[in-house]
Amino acid sequence: MAKNKMTQSQKRQALWGWAFILPTMIGLIVLNYYPAINTVYQSLCKTGDFGRGNKFVGLANYQAVLTSTETWQSLWNTIKYTIVEVPLGIVIALVLAVLMQKKLAGKSIFRTLFFLPMVRAPAAVAMVWKWLYNQQFGLLNNIFHTKIAWISDPNIAWISVGIIGVWSIIGYNMVLFIGGLQEIPRDYYEAAQIDGASEIRQFFSITVPLLSPTTFFIVQTRIIGALTIFDLMFMVMDKTNLALNKTQSIVYLFYTYAFTNSNRGYGAAIVMVLVAFIMIVTFILQKMEKKFVYYN
Amino acid sequence: MDSSISTRYKVNKFLTYTVLIIFAIIMLVPFAWMILTALKTNQESISVDPFYIFPQAGWHFENFATVWKSYNFVTLYKNTILLIIFRVICACLTATMAGYAFGRLEFPGKRIMFSLVLIQMMIPSQIFVIPQYLMVSKLHLLNTTAGLVFPGLVTAFGTYLLKTGYQALPKDLEEAAAIDGCNIGQTFLFIMLPLTRSSMVSLGIFTALFAFKDLMWPMIVCTNANTTTLSAGLAKMQGQYGSDYPAMMASAVLAIVPMIVIYIIFQKQFVEGIATSGGKL
Repeated sequence: MAKNKMTQSQKRQALWGWAFILPTMIGLIVLNYYPAINTVYQSLCKTGDFGRGNKFVGLANYQAVLTSTETWQSLWNTIKYTIVEVPLGIVIALVLAVLMQKKLAGKSIFRTLFFLPMVRAPAAVAMVWKWLYNQQFGLLNNIFHTKIAWISDPNIAWISVGIIGVWSIIGYNMVLFIGGLQEIPRDYYEAAQIDGASEIRQFFSITVPLLSPTTFFIVQTRIIGALTIFDLMFMVMDKTNLALNKTQSIVYLFYTYAFTNSNRGYGAAIVMVLVAFIMIVTFILQKMEKKFVYYN
Repeated sequence: MDSSISTRYKVNKFLTYTVLIIFAIIMLVPFAWMILTALKTNQESISVDPFYIFPQAGWHFENFATVWKSYNFVTLYKNTILLIIFRVICACLTATMAGYAFGRLEFPGKRIMFSLVLIQMMIPSQIFVIPQYLMVSKLHLLNTTAGLVFPGLVTAFGTYLLKTGYQALPKDLEEAAAIDGCNIGQTFLFIMLPLTRSSMVSLGIFTALFAFKDLMWPMIVCTNANTTTLSAGLAKMQGQYGSDYPAMMASAVLAIVPMIVIYIIFQKQFVEGIATSGGKL
């Protein structure tokens, strides 16, 4: 009914509109929506050789995935990594971003250095850190005269990997914080200065609450990013590393099953567990947003 | 009174610089150590006693030439550059068209279609990987540039970014263009598109960085060392020659130097691009 009443110009807009979105929509359906549904289907199948002869097995893969201690260990490893990377990466970036707001000599040099890890490939970053961490010949043990097995002692390897994550992410977080800081009106600080508030006091009473939307955005994206971490673990932890079991992330586990072992049904079930977990986390974060974020 | 304020100011300045310098050193050390190791002999790189920071037995710049030849860096660079070029072109082209339609035009089904764009951004991308791989495999595109580009033909995130860019433009632009006799296609191409250049640059930088850093996809679709990217190539090298540390560090330097040079030249655009798009990286 409504369509019949479209004017000539509305029809033209509708035509152009659909023509413009068509490539993207076809792409999204073929490259994302069909695969998402297909992954759900595969998670219910047993993979035959070369992906052929998929046999429907119902929830058998889920049963295997959810009863395997490996799955829960990997999920726990991922959570531990997140607990190291997200808070440290955010707090350090925030402190540096606030300090960079001051008038400083050599500001552009500091900025270049802090942002530099953003453009380095994680593969290269991981190689360098692995070398720094080397137990026999590494720089860290040589400088501190220690013999710490940074990445092969299961008790500390997850922290070592987390430190690489923090080091890599500080620059990103800083860029976003600096953007958020610039939106806080200067007069709040001027008023506080007249009232004699110290810089620390200003930081907690003005910066922290007014920056909370930015902070929340960073927290949210970093948590999701950390929960899907893969490259660092893959590059740093060798297949023969004794601590692999205690550090490998859930996406690493997925990669191993889906592609190294070509057990796609099992891999697909791992992905579904990950997706479910991320959805729960996202839901909790949305609830927290209302509580902690201060919108002007 | 005056002197106490100035003392406090000086202490403050001192603390600020101390914190910044400590973190600057932490940021710099891995990079410096990578270069210093790359210039040593293998023997020297693993000598613990005596332990030297700087190369003692000469600066072995030829390490770079050696890995350049033996690890086929020319091919790795070529593959990575082609991947980046095609991904950036595809992303900018499809996203700017869709972004314009979602941001400025009215058409039936617009809301449902746009919600498909938003939902895609919320789904973890790992869920797409297995079927995408099977498709590339069925199309016989394994170990090709087309296979590498495949998941990046369109971008939900870019569409969203460009839509925001188009929405921010003033309302009367189209009316003025219509009076001048432009049709919708001409208005888009000659008037609107040039005005969203900064969003396009952000999307381009984001897409290029993502393609450069991505590790899992090239490892899956390009198992052959001659068809893969720098990132995945490094992973392969580490597996094969993991104990020749100067060679490993020299390859790591070679893999990241082009991006660092580009970053230093276009720093402003990079920082702006990441500030508007970095959340997804």
